[in-house]
Order: sequence, then structure tokens, then C-alpha cells
Amino acid sequence: MFDFAIVTSWIDQFLRSFLSAGWTLFVEFVLIGLVILALYAVLALLLIYVERKVCAFFQCRIGPNRVGPWGVLQSVADMVKILLKELINIKRVDPFLFKAAMFLVIIASICTFGALPFARGLQTIDFNIGVFYLLAVSSLGVVGILLAGWSSNNKYTMIGAMRSGAQLISYELSAGLSLMAIVVLSGSMQLSEIVNQQAEMWFIFKGHIPAFIAFVIYLIAGHAETNRGPFDLPEAESELTAGYHTEYSGIQFGFFYLAEYLNMFIVAAIATTMFLGGWMPLHIPGWEGFNQVMDFIPSVIWFFGKAFLCVFLALWVRWSFPRLRIDQLLNLEWKVLMPISLINILLMALLVL
Amino acid sequence: MSNSALFLVVLITAIFMVVAALVIAKLLAPTSTNPLKGDPYECGIPTRGTSWMQFKVGYYLFAILYLVFDVETVLLFPWAVTMKDLGAQGLFCVLFFIIVLALGLAYAWKKGALKWK
Repeated sequence: MFDFAIVTSWIDQFLRSFLSAGWTLFVEFVLIGLVILALYAVLALLLIYVERKVCAFFQCRIGPNRVGPWGVLQSVADMVKILLKELINIKRVDPFLFKAAMFLVIIASICTFGALPFARGLQTIDFNIGVFYLLAVSSLGVVGILLAGWSSNNKYTMIGAMRSGAQLISYELSAGLSLMAIVVLSGSMQLSEIVNQQAEMWFIFKGHIPAFIAFVIYLIAGHAETNRGPFDLPEAESELTAGYHTEYSGIQFGFFYLAEYLNMFIVAAIATTMFLGGWMPLHIPGWEGFNQVMDFIPSVIWFFGKAFLCVFLALWVRWSFPRLRIDQLLNLEWKVLMPISLINILLMALLVL
Repeated sequence: MSNSALFLVVLITAIFMVVAALVIAKLLAPTSTNPLKGDPYECGIPTRGTSWMQFKVGYYLFAILYLVFDVETVLLFPWAVTMKDLGAQGLFCVLFFIIVLALGLAYAWKKGALKWK
């Protein structure tokens, strides 16, 4: 299988051949930043297109079909358009926090994005406490959303931010606990190590029933954390206009939009990494020929294929279920998912021992 | 390359992206002023008073409950990593810990803290 470490080490040697060590490091850092930015932007455009197209098919429409073949350039056109929109200065906002909110939301999203193992040898940040890092950084987004709602000095944004805060912090618990079930199984928090352990068999199969329960809980909790689907109370458009980002205009609104779509992908990617084997191909012990055929498919395709399968599940849920009420939402988390995920960890521990 | 340095690179990338997009928007976007444009958006009705006021306490209750269980997650993760070495004894200790927490959740449930009023 193709290893991206070959490419990165070739670039490293190429740069070292005519630059000093310090400058090499600097150029590599800039390259890493550019690659992350490009991947982030391209994925955002792709996800917005996919969402609109899938939504259209669920509703028996055609969806975007004018800009480019099958409308594939629609989201590019939308991005150019949103950059050209006026940034309105709202009078009574808290100017510093109003600006800081979008920085926080994007920082939370990109920092999580940078830690994902995309393919063999293609991972930027690889802490030995990777799972911890993912949970910690992604929870920064809550702060951004609360600040956005509070600093706008608008009743809609305030209600939206409060709902979002209650929802995000609640669902973060069961997301963390369901990932912990996998940490119990693997005995490591390093993402690359977790992926490597799934070479023979993905954790969702290796962990039997507890892993499957954890996977389902993670998908539900992760879906709720992205403020989408049946859990879109914070921006319930029929009652709160747009929730916490009502007062943002132009590209400022675009950041929240971008972060929302990327968070959907990040949740899918974390589910892929932890449960579905990351970039590892599907291996069935004993089926040698089958395993070798699967090895021919590049790891990038495995990763993105599995991640987009999870994204499709999220879209399916979003366009199929009506919005929950806030008491139903909190009941689901505190009275159903929380107890189940606590018991699930003990079950997993018993299974491993 | 150490992970902390890479984390800084990613962080700077994020900040750079926001700043760059804002600068592009500032350069390209039109501006026009209008006395009503800066008002808070409330579907056309003039807004009354400030929004920075006392808020429903129900959200706060959930935030406090969250604090308890989030700290619990922090304590449980180290156990999860070393679970295989600690064996049955470790599992027993954690079982006790989780039972105490579950009692706390049951208490909050019975007191009606989980009920949305």
C-alpha cells in the first residue's frame, strides 16, 4: 500500500539539499499549513455540495444543476459570493468578543482537523494523548458559540447560544465516554497507534457488542455536537431566525457555516478512526486472497470512503427526522445515553480482561 | 518535528485563515451606511432594552452537572489506558467510583434537576 511518508521524506530531503536546517523547518511548516488550509477549504466546498445534492434527492428535487456540470461548481460560486458581501457593523455588540467568537470556532475546527490520520503516513499532529486532545480542542467550539451569542446583544442569538451550550456540553459527555470504550479496548490514546492496532480487524468487530453500542452512541452524540439534524434547536430557523449567528454577515457568517460542515466531517472522521479502522483496509482473518485484494485499494480512499459513509448517515438522519424539543433532547442524553455509555465502559472492560 | 511545534503551526494556520478571509472581504466587499442598518435584528421590530440580562436557570443546572461528569471523564481516561495492567483490582476500584457517580446522577434525577421546567 502506498505510504505518504515517502513523499514527505522526499520533500524533506529535497529541501535540505539546498537550504539550512532552520529554513527547511520553516518551509515545511508553511507547506503543512498550506496543505491543511487547502484540504479544509476543498472539503468544505465538497461537503456543502454533497449536502445540497443529497438533501435534494431526499426531497425529490434535482438540487444545484446550473453552475458547472451537475452543479459541482455551485459551492465555489457561493464562496466567492459570500466573500463579496458587505460586513455590517452592528451598533451595540461587544466588538472584541464578537470578533473573537469566529476565531475560536475556526480554531477549534482546524486544530481537530489537523490531528486526523488521513492516510498511511499522512497525519500532522500525533500526540500520545490524541483522544484527549481531540475532545479538549473540539470543546473549544462551545466557548466560541456562547461568545457569539452573548456578544451580539440580540435576544435570538442569546437563546440560541444558551440552547447550544446546554446541548453541546451534555452530548460531549457521552461522546467522550463512548471514545473511552475504545481506549479501554486498545490501551492507547495515540491515534496512529489505535489505527495500527486495527490492521487485522476493525475495533467495531473486535469489540463485539460494546464497541457497536459505543459506535452508535458516538454517532448520535457527535451528530448532536454539530448542531444539525433533529438536534438543530440552537438555530431553529422558524423560531430563532438563525440562532447564535443571526447578527453575523458576509464572510463572518461564512466561518460559522464552514465550521459546522467541517465539524460534521470531523465527527465522521473520528468515528472512522476509532471504530472503523481509520485508513486500514477491511481484513477478514483467514481470507488471505480477499485481504490482499483489499490491500491494493489506497489508504486515502479507505479513509475518505468510510468517513463519507458516516457523513451520508448524518445527512440521512438530518433530512429524515423532525426537530426535538429541548426537554426531549436533554432527556435523551442524561437519562438514556449517559447511563448506557457508563455501563458500556464496564462491559468493555470485562470483555478485555 | 515535535507535536507541540506542529500544533502551533496548525493554530497559526487557523488564525491566518480567518484573518486572510476577513482582509479579502474588507478589500472586496462594498460598504454603505444607513442609520437603521446597525440595529439588532429582530424581524423589523425595534428592540427593547438590552439582551445582557438574567437568564433561565435551567441551563445553569445542566452546566453544573456537566462539570461533575466531565471531571469524571478526565479521571477515567488514565485508567482506560492502563486497564490491562491494573486488571481486576483496578476494574473493581473504577466500578466503585462509577457507582458513586451513578448515585449522584440518581440523586439529581430524583431531585428533578434533569427535568426541564
